[in-house]
Formats: sequence, C-alpha cells, structure tokens
Amino acid sequence: MRMYYELAKRSFQQQFAYRAATLAGLFTNSVFGVMLSSVYLALYWDKPENASVGGFTAEQAVTYTWIGQALIMPVIFWGWWLIIDTIRSGAVVMDMLKPMDYFRYWLSRDLGRGAAQVITRGIPTLIIGSILFDLVWPESWQRWVAFLISVPFAVTVSFCLRFMFNLWGFWLLDHRGISSLVILVTGVFSGHLLPINWYPPAIRDFINVLPFRSMMMTPVEIWLGQVSIARGLAMQVFWSAVMIGCCYLVLHFAERKVVVQGG
Amino acid sequence: MTMISVRDLRKTFPIKKHAGGFVGSLASLFRSEYEGEFEAVKGISFNIERGEMVGYIGPNGAGKSTTIKMLTGILVPTSGEATVAGMVPWETRKQLALKIGVVFGQRTQLWWDLALIESLELLKYMYRVPDDRFQHNLNTATELLGLEEFLRTPVRQLSLGQRMRGDLTAALLHDPEILYLDEPTIGLDIVAKAAIRDFLSELNRARQTTVLLTTHDLDDIEQLCPRIMVIDHGDVMYDGGLSDLKQRWGGRRQLIVDFASEPDVAISELTNGNLEVISIDGPRATIAFDRDSLSAPEVLSRAGAYGDIRDMSLQEPDIEDVIKRMYAGKIPAGV
Repeated sequence: MRMYYELAKRSFQQQFAYRAATLAGLFTNSVFGVMLSSVYLALYWDKPENASVGGFTAEQAVTYTWIGQALIMPVIFWGWWLIIDTIRSGAVVMDMLKPMDYFRYWLSRDLGRGAAQVITRGIPTLIIGSILFDLVWPESWQRWVAFLISVPFAVTVSFCLRFMFNLWGFWLLDHRGISSLVILVTGVFSGHLLPINWYPPAIRDFINVLPFRSMMMTPVEIWLGQVSIARGLAMQVFWSAVMIGCCYLVLHFAERKVVVQGG
Repeated sequence: MTMISVRDLRKTFPIKKHAGGFVGSLASLFRSEYEGEFEAVKGISFNIERGEMVGYIGPNGAGKSTTIKMLTGILVPTSGEATVAGMVPWETRKQLALKIGVVFGQRTQLWWDLALIESLELLKYMYRVPDDRFQHNLNTATELLGLEEFLRTPVRQLSLGQRMRGDLTAALLHDPEILYLDEPTIGLDIVAKAAIRDFLSELNRARQTTVLLTTHDLDDIEQLCPRIMVIDHGDVMYDGGLSDLKQRWGGRRQLIVDFASEPDVAISELTNGNLEVISIDGPRATIAFDRDSLSAPEVLSRAGAYGDIRDMSLQEPDIEDVIKRMYAGKIPAGV
C-alpha cells in the first residue's frame, strides 16, 4: 500500500509544475461560470422568488454551475488520454514490467492528481464564484464532510470510465474515434451539462440508473441537501465498486491482447 | 548456474488489415481481417550462465526486442520454452519483475516533472528495497555515475546522458540478477558512454549480474561483451566471441587509395588469396585485405606500383557490415 500512497504523492506534486497553465485554466473556468450562471439566472428572471425549476431554485442552479466548474479539473469529464499515449509511445511496456497492480497504479496516480486539482482549481473556482454570486452553502458540517468525501468517489468513478476508454486503445491505438462518445457520455450522463432533473422523465429515469451521475450530480445533491448523506454516499460507493470490477475485467482482456499479440 | 535458458522459442504476429474511420474501428473490435503472419522470432535456442555479459545484436526488425519482451514476460511466445532465473517469464511476470532490471535507451521510467531522487525513492517502495540496500546502491551509482550534481533536478531538464545514468540507476536499485539493456548508449557522447560502460563492467564484476545487451554500437560490444549473439530475420546467425566473428565473417579491412590520376588497370591483378581489389572508381581504388596476413603499409606499397598515390584511408570492418555479409552467406575471399 505504501507504494500506492507514494505514487499518489508524486502525482500530487507533479501537478504543481505548471503554474501558468493553472492560472489560465482558473480564468477560463471562471468565465464559463459567469456565463452559465447568467443563463440560469435569466431562466428565473420573471419567476417569483424561491421559485423552483426541476427542483432547483435560482441560487441552487447557480451553485450547481460553480460546483460543476470547480469539479472539471479534479474529476475530469472529457479528454484524458494519458494511458493511450503510453500505449502509442510504447512506455506501457515499462509499466507492465513493474511488480505492481496496473489498475491501482493508475488509480492512485489519478487520486493524487485529483487532490492537487481540488487545491489549485476546485477551491479557487468556488471562491471566485462565491465572490461574484450568491451561492448556497451546505446546511450542516456533516454535509460539508460528506461533500468532501464524495469528491474522491466522483474522481474514482470518472477514473474508471476514463481507464476503460483508454484501454480501448490497446485495440484501436487511437482515441479520435471515441473522443466524441466520451464527451457525450460524461457530459450528459454525469449531469455536468444540465441538471439531470431537467431532462424529460424517460431520459432522466434512464440516466439515474447509470453510474455516471456519481461523478457530478450526486456530489451536487449532497451539497444542496437534495439527497440524504447516507444514500448519496452509498450510491457512490456502490458504483465505484462496480466500475472497479469492470476495469479489472477489461484490463484482463487488454493484458491478454498485449501479451499475445504484442503492443 | 544457467540464468536464461531458451529452447525453440518462436513468435509470430498476425498481420492485420486496418479498417478506417469510426465505424471501421468499431467493427474491428468484433471482427478482424488478417492478411497473413509475420514470423518475428523463428525458433531460437540459447543458454546464458550467471554472470555472463552477452551482446545481442542485429539490424532493426531482426527480432531482438521481441526476444527480450518474451524473456521479460510481457509477450507470450507462439511456441517454445524459456526459463529466466528459474521462472517461466510469461507465467510469472510480476514475480520475475523483482529479479530483473530493464533499460530501454529510447524510453524512461523516470517521472518527467519531478526531481530524479523522487523517482528513485518511488522505486524503493515499489520493489520493497530495504533502506540500507537502497542507500548503498544509490551511493554506488552516485559515485560511479556522478549522479549528485543532478539528483535534485527535474528529469525534464536533464541531458540525455544524465537521464540515461538516472535510468540505469533506477533499473538496479533492487539488485536484479538479470539486466536487460536495449540500446543503453544510443545518442550519448563519448564521456557518457564511457561512464556507463565502466559502471556496467563494475556491476558485473562486483555482483555477478547477468547482462543481455542489445546495441548498434560496436564499441559497447568490444568493451563489455565477451560473447555475442547475432540475430537476423528471427534466427540466431552466430553465437560466440567477437574476435571469432570478425575472423570468420569480417576479418578484412579496407584500404581506400586515391591516386593522382586513374591508376593502371593492371592494378586489378593484385587480387590474390588474401587481397582483393573491390572497385576502381576513377582515381579511387578500394582494396580489401586479410588483417592477419597483410599489413596496411604493405598493401599500400603494392598499390603504389600502379600509380602516384595522393591519399589513403583505412576502414575497419563494422558490425553492420559483418551481419550483412553473414546474412548474404557470402564468405569473403581469403578467410
């Protein structure tokens, strides 16, 4: 276990190497936060105060927006192809020659990365959002804690999804074909694009039985008090476990593909 | 004690037809069309004893990397047997990983954005290297490879030679019994090459580490490897000492003579048992001769009888040339 902790630690440190990129990203997230918040506020313009659309008041919708912007880098909703890059460059060979579990190797790296991004991108984005808009805060310290616990689970589910999409690269060696699929799946199904409640009932019910809402919607609901802490976290734990199982299954076939046919 | 034993090891790859586009890619997940098979390694056999340093050489695409991948366990052979440190590599890849060290000259296992020492310490946990062993190995490498000046520098800022020294240290922290080196000196300057060769010699002497080395650099082989194996088109063409190889396949040196004007055509009559006039191109004549029976001045003085010599240069046979000859099956005259 010590090895995986050390991996996460190094991955964490690595994230601080590029300060200019962090600042530029923070600026972009904030601009999008302002734009999206304005759109949502326009939606509530002629409605009475405390009116609710799909279970969200205006303040809650704006808070949803800023949580979404804050989670972009920690959770990652699209465009992460580090593993495919190692497959294409052949560096994967070095990773497979190590006395370690390949899945846990990448998971610990990603959790370390996510933790650093919470600090460099997540928290600053929320602070900027709270300065510019009235946000709703978790109503109790238990909800604060639950939200903080829900983020690593969101990262885990997101990581599993990204891991599987990347392992596809063992067969395709390229990600251009599947990039659009990833954007669709994670953007819509996680609830990052729009609150899941705002979709027509049939689509909403379908999305709600998929694992992807753990990446975004569940943490938001925990923050806003729209789900009980126990239920929210239990769903995330359940989906993390299922997704990890799927990852090992895919990894099994991917490894077999490599060792039998060559990289 | 035999460290690596290989019997009739063979690997073929299917040659796949590539389908284009998104739909084509999706379809290829379920059904692949194959155009045929490529035999990368054709049933090779050899043994390597503990403490041997063996040069594994051959042109690009000869099957060197495929062999090494099978011996590390990341590639399963199509047929044949192998044991490495008493284990079948592809059945026990992760246990075997603790006993082998691997360096690919064109790749790195170091973390790009972090100081070199961070990567080395990570490997300590990964391989569960005891503290005292880690410190000892790090000190040895620091002393012999001069690591201290860049131990705290981010790897992305290291020169190729420094990075290579870092990678070599990284591969040896867990005291592997076997070291696979793939082009360890590629692209390095003379000083870095010398440091790495000295380090490898010392390692082999002090720890009896078995080394299998692929290289295109003849100097690596000459200074490090008493034994070489030449592989081409998936077959072992030669297994023995370097001097023997040169004797049998490439014992001839070449003397290139530039005359003031075109030499007398009768110069081709010089050709006999241990000397051959290979070509006459304007004022330039190329003469190959057997290094054991003739000296360069002797050949030069004979050539001088056919014209006024302006310049000359002497070429030693190089390994690529030797292999080319072996593959062509052409045994040069006079050997």
